[in-house]
Amino acid sequence: MDQLFMAGGTVVIGVFGCVAYFFLSNMILDAVWPPRGPDAGRNILRAAMIRPWLFLFPAIALLAVYLVYPVFVSIWLSLHDNTGQRFVGADNYLWLLNDRKFQESIRNNFLWLLVVPGGATFFGLIAAALTDRIRWGNFAKAMIFMPMAISFIGASVIWKFIYDYRGEGRTEIGLLNAVVEAFGGTAQTWLTLEPWNNFFLMAVLIWIQTGFAMVILSAALRGIPEETIEAAILDGASPFQIFLKIKVPQIWGTIAVVWTTITILVLKVFDIVLAMTNGQWGTQVLANMMFDWMFRGNDSGRASAIALVIMLLVTPIMIWNIRNAHKEMR
Amino acid sequence: MDNIAGTKSSLVWAVNIAVVVLVLLWTIPTFGLLVSSFRDRDQIATTGWWSSLFPHEASLRFRIGDAETQRQEGEVFVIDGSVFEAGGTVSAFGTSNRDPAAHEPGEVVDFGDGISGTVNEDGSYRVTSPVAFEGRSPRLFVTSVTPPRFTLENYDRVLFAQGLGRAFLNTMTVTIPATVIPILVAAFAAYALAWMEFPGRSLLIASVVGLLVVPLQLALIPLLQLHNAIGIGKDYLGIWLAHSAFGLPLAIYLLRNYMVGLPREIIESARVDGATDFQIFLKIILPLSFPALASFAIFQFLWTWNDLLIATVFLGNTQDQLVMTGVLRELLGSRGGDWEILAASAFVSISVPLVVFFAMQKYLVRGLLAGSVK
Repeated sequence: MDQLFMAGGTVVIGVFGCVAYFFLSNMILDAVWPPRGPDAGRNILRAAMIRPWLFLFPAIALLAVYLVYPVFVSIWLSLHDNTGQRFVGADNYLWLLNDRKFQESIRNNFLWLLVVPGGATFFGLIAAALTDRIRWGNFAKAMIFMPMAISFIGASVIWKFIYDYRGEGRTEIGLLNAVVEAFGGTAQTWLTLEPWNNFFLMAVLIWIQTGFAMVILSAALRGIPEETIEAAILDGASPFQIFLKIKVPQIWGTIAVVWTTITILVLKVFDIVLAMTNGQWGTQVLANMMFDWMFRGNDSGRASAIALVIMLLVTPIMIWNIRNAHKEMR
Repeated sequence: MDNIAGTKSSLVWAVNIAVVVLVLLWTIPTFGLLVSSFRDRDQIATTGWWSSLFPHEASLRFRIGDAETQRQEGEVFVIDGSVFEAGGTVSAFGTSNRDPAAHEPGEVVDFGDGISGTVNEDGSYRVTSPVAFEGRSPRLFVTSVTPPRFTLENYDRVLFAQGLGRAFLNTMTVTIPATVIPILVAAFAAYALAWMEFPGRSLLIASVVGLLVVPLQLALIPLLQLHNAIGIGKDYLGIWLAHSAFGLPLAIYLLRNYMVGLPREIIESARVDGATDFQIFLKIILPLSFPALASFAIFQFLWTWNDLLIATVFLGNTQDQLVMTGVLRELLGSRGGDWEILAASAFVSISVPLVVFFAMQKYLVRGLLAGSVK
């Protein structure tokens, strides 16, 4: 309980500190260059130069220390040995290239990239298109959207239960094995079944992310100008033609945004693999491998090199995002 | 609107059925675990959760009580007792495994050797013999129907015996400050980026968009070293700062997009009336931005509550620092087969986000749209 008081106290101190900082810094600025008196005009201009930076300072400071500074330290660490003391040049990267687990991780990450963003966007698009047409659509949406609120680790527990395997002669309590047996198949230990186990892990992320895709695509579908659809109906297009040839082409931009957002998430996927297989049986991915080298391997050089590989993979999307944001501002 | 040219009713049916299938696919996994979290340990391990929703039929093989438990009633020797430990209903019984359901409950059956007996519907049995029972007592085959039985025991166990209650407090301790603190910091910055003119503004906005996707993996080692170097170590202060900073790009981005859309006239007329930027921000922008603030708060709350990576790195795994996601991870490792523990723990940890989710869905959707469709 003490802890909660501490947390509450921190909230109060934090909020109060923030307000006090902004209030005092603005007051000092106005006192140094008062917006009145003989120099009022010049003072207002001068204060206007400084004020934005007062507003921005706490945010910039936090971002600089917690997101920008680590990038440079990571680069530095990746060029040093496991203790971070001795310079080893590109050794860590060369080691990566020849490491079997790394090759496996890269292969799996690409598999994830191929399957998950596509799968989630596909199901999201279908769910969006269908739920908009029925009366209980909002309820259906809420149900499909719900996994978004569940933690990756919670979702892993939920799905590990589905994939559960009891062994021969015992009643299967995992849904998947029960269904397989009901159709006359034999129960499997799904999570050790290479290479298909990767796809069973991906199913978890698709399950979580479909709701996200659905919500955004549904809004985009509703934003399509009605005239285009009316015209298509008058021309005798079937509902499928309307959907595939009129609606989908008009929301390509949004589909791309959904796709890239999930892509970034996939590159960082970690909890699911850690919780379900911990990278065994050919399911390793970059983020989990990095975590492994950081905690179990205790090797800051190799772990940083892996983190930088993830950063490298994210960079094209980052540039694309920045460009898009820039275009909109004009 | 698609329906203006009379939709075929067969298509309407197809759509409804397709959505039902989708909804079932998306809810059954969670539902299965929820049901399991209320079942007792032995039942989870022996039958699928789907069968627990209906009365459960099982065949029991049972050996009646030992010869020592017999007592003499007048001329006959009697062994009695119940085939159930926890209750149920007998639908049939038999004396040999060739026909285990040969007799109705209540029927008196000849066991051979002069022994006879019966099993009643409630599971009680009574077997009598003219001579004393010796050696191995006779076997009974019982077909029983057990009604669905649910219990809160699992929750009781995980919350108090497995330390999840403590972890719940720890999670709250992490989440509350980490949700509130970035909001104000981000709001001031977003205002400056939306409504103040200064050189370098568009560069800063571009940096925020770029920082949105920086993988956190990159930040872990350097920041842990930094925290250790300046003496924060692995403690709550460190994780509050980390979560706040990692949430800032999204917060600034969402809030700036929202604030830019506020009507220019309001802000300009306030300026003309002599309001300072600080006053405009506090009295006009902040109240008007409430929907965006709420959206971000929900995101940040869900994210910090559900996070495992940052908590593992920046907090220790002692009892007073381990958060719920961390406990779940440990349970998955150490008690991988004890589904009653895992199911109940998972539901304790996802209950709060689910409540927040259903209560504030409107703001969550709005935030998603503002953050992505642009």
